[in-house]
Amino acid sequence: MRFTGALRSEFTKLLTTRMWWVLALILVVYVAFTAAALGATFGGILPGGDEAGLVGDGAPALVYSVAVTVGYVFPVILGTLSITGEVRHQTLTPTFLTTPRRGIVLAAKLVVLFVFGVFYGVVALATSVAVGAGLFTLGEVSTGLDDGEIWLMFARAVLAMGIWAVIGVGLGTLIPNQIAAIVVLLAFTQFVEPILRTAGMFVEGLSEVAKFLPGAAGDALVGASVFAAMSGPDASGALLEWWQGGLVLLGIAVVVALIGSLTTWRKDVT
Amino acid sequence: MVTASDRDGRTIEVRGLTKRFGAVAAVSDLSFTVAPGTVTGFLGPNGAGKTTTLRMLLGLVEPSAGTATIGGVRYRDLPRPITTVGTALEAASFHPGRTARNHLRVMAASSGVPSSRVDAVLALVGLSDYATRRVGGYSLGMRQRLGLAGALLGDPGVLVLDEPVNGLDPEGIRWIRTFLRDLAAEGRTVLVSSHLLSEVQQSVDRLVIIAGGRLVYEGTLDGLDTGGTVLVDAPDRAALAAAIRSAGGSVEPGDGGLSVTGLDATSVGAAALAAGVPLSLLMPRQGGLEQSFLDIVGGGGSR
Repeated sequence: MRFTGALRSEFTKLLTTRMWWVLALILVVYVAFTAAALGATFGGILPGGDEAGLVGDGAPALVYSVAVTVGYVFPVILGTLSITGEVRHQTLTPTFLTTPRRGIVLAAKLVVLFVFGVFYGVVALATSVAVGAGLFTLGEVSTGLDDGEIWLMFARAVLAMGIWAVIGVGLGTLIPNQIAAIVVLLAFTQFVEPILRTAGMFVEGLSEVAKFLPGAAGDALVGASVFAAMSGPDASGALLEWWQGGLVLLGIAVVVALIGSLTTWRKDVT
Repeated sequence: MVTASDRDGRTIEVRGLTKRFGAVAAVSDLSFTVAPGTVTGFLGPNGAGKTTTLRMLLGLVEPSAGTATIGGVRYRDLPRPITTVGTALEAASFHPGRTARNHLRVMAASSGVPSSRVDAVLALVGLSDYATRRVGGYSLGMRQRLGLAGALLGDPGVLVLDEPVNGLDPEGIRWIRTFLRDLAAEGRTVLVSSHLLSEVQQSVDRLVIIAGGRLVYEGTLDGLDTGGTVLVDAPDRAALAAAIRSAGGSVEPGDGGLSVTGLDATSVGAAALAAGVPLSLLMPRQGGLEQSFLDIVGGGGSR
């Protein structure tokens, strides 16, 4: 009873500010732009595109998966803001007054944000597929949509977006200060992890560690990533199996949320 | 509307409540009881520990020691707390981008309160016309009303209101006074904090006063009145002072005379007559509740 109430409350909470659809809108534009650039290149519309034979039959999967490759930051941001926004606007007070068991509040947020992450995944994929398949058709290249494998990839991509949102919630409980959380999020995903993964290609042994990084685990779960493809034919060897990647990603989400719930989430609300 | 068994669940009991922030004790060994059917003022200067005490009562701040219960149950153990205790803490606790109606819907959803109740409480506090406006554009007075609407949402038997009068215009203040009295008359427990006695004086029955995190007074409004002073003067002040002291009063140099406590004006006059001291001035002065309040919290108070 308490939990369903908290769930309904968190759903209402997320849907009654503009944040969710503003972020979704930016996500669609960003994914559409990236998918258009890649789709035009691989679809042979732009000169000199696929002549290199860089990706071959993998082109559709690479273009469609930009939904996650460039889009995963959005569910993380939504998840993080679901916590830091409450801290910033002091709405934790009414939240904890209506549901004083804080563990229930956090659990409800994790479930609600997972659902929103899945929703973001569906929206982002619909965008990348619409744009990508359109360009492939124009370029008279196979869209790959008759391949069952690609539909499995879609399912894994949507799952990954859900887990990314959960990681965002964990990050928010760990770092309740909104600016600090966003800075850490952007610094890590856009700077620290890419550098570590790049270094992992050259430094012996580091790749064994690098594949457990959240971005790498996410790429492994989806099973297609334009970044992984660009790092050369050996790069796929530097990723985990898709199910391992999924478990690692989920594990990171759980650990981060657990640490947050045992530390800052317990603090006095003054 | 209120049955006897309901009343049992409506008594606020604070026992030995203590909160230390590092080496600083914000609240020390505080105990008091708030009974149903009354409006109780929770007073103290700013920084006295009122808000910390209320937040401990509501499970938002973990006490260092002691307990605070509502009907014998800790707040966090209440199954649907907002249907038992309605709370309005400071006015800033709203997301500026959410409308008033949606703010209340978020609260209602958590506790299975029907959304028809949301519109009912908005009407009750006079916000119906602004229900679909974002709270970011609200004035302080409107936020106070919205806070009160949130407190009433679950039709609770206990109301805890932190400085509800702040930011209200005179009409709003009069409205809330009547409103609190009506709520108490229905058998509810109403606890209202303020740093000014004059703000709540007309609406409270009982007082709990704290200063420096400690209880300094618990009782009725009348019991707080320590009696006024008498201003008296005579050409021979020394003889007058001696006469008053021998009659059992205490004397301090006052504003244009001697300020007497412990004796009323009649006794002061009689003492002067008995001692053969002609008076040039005899004037009873009501110290008033506010003065008693300031005396009890250590003078001065703070704004």
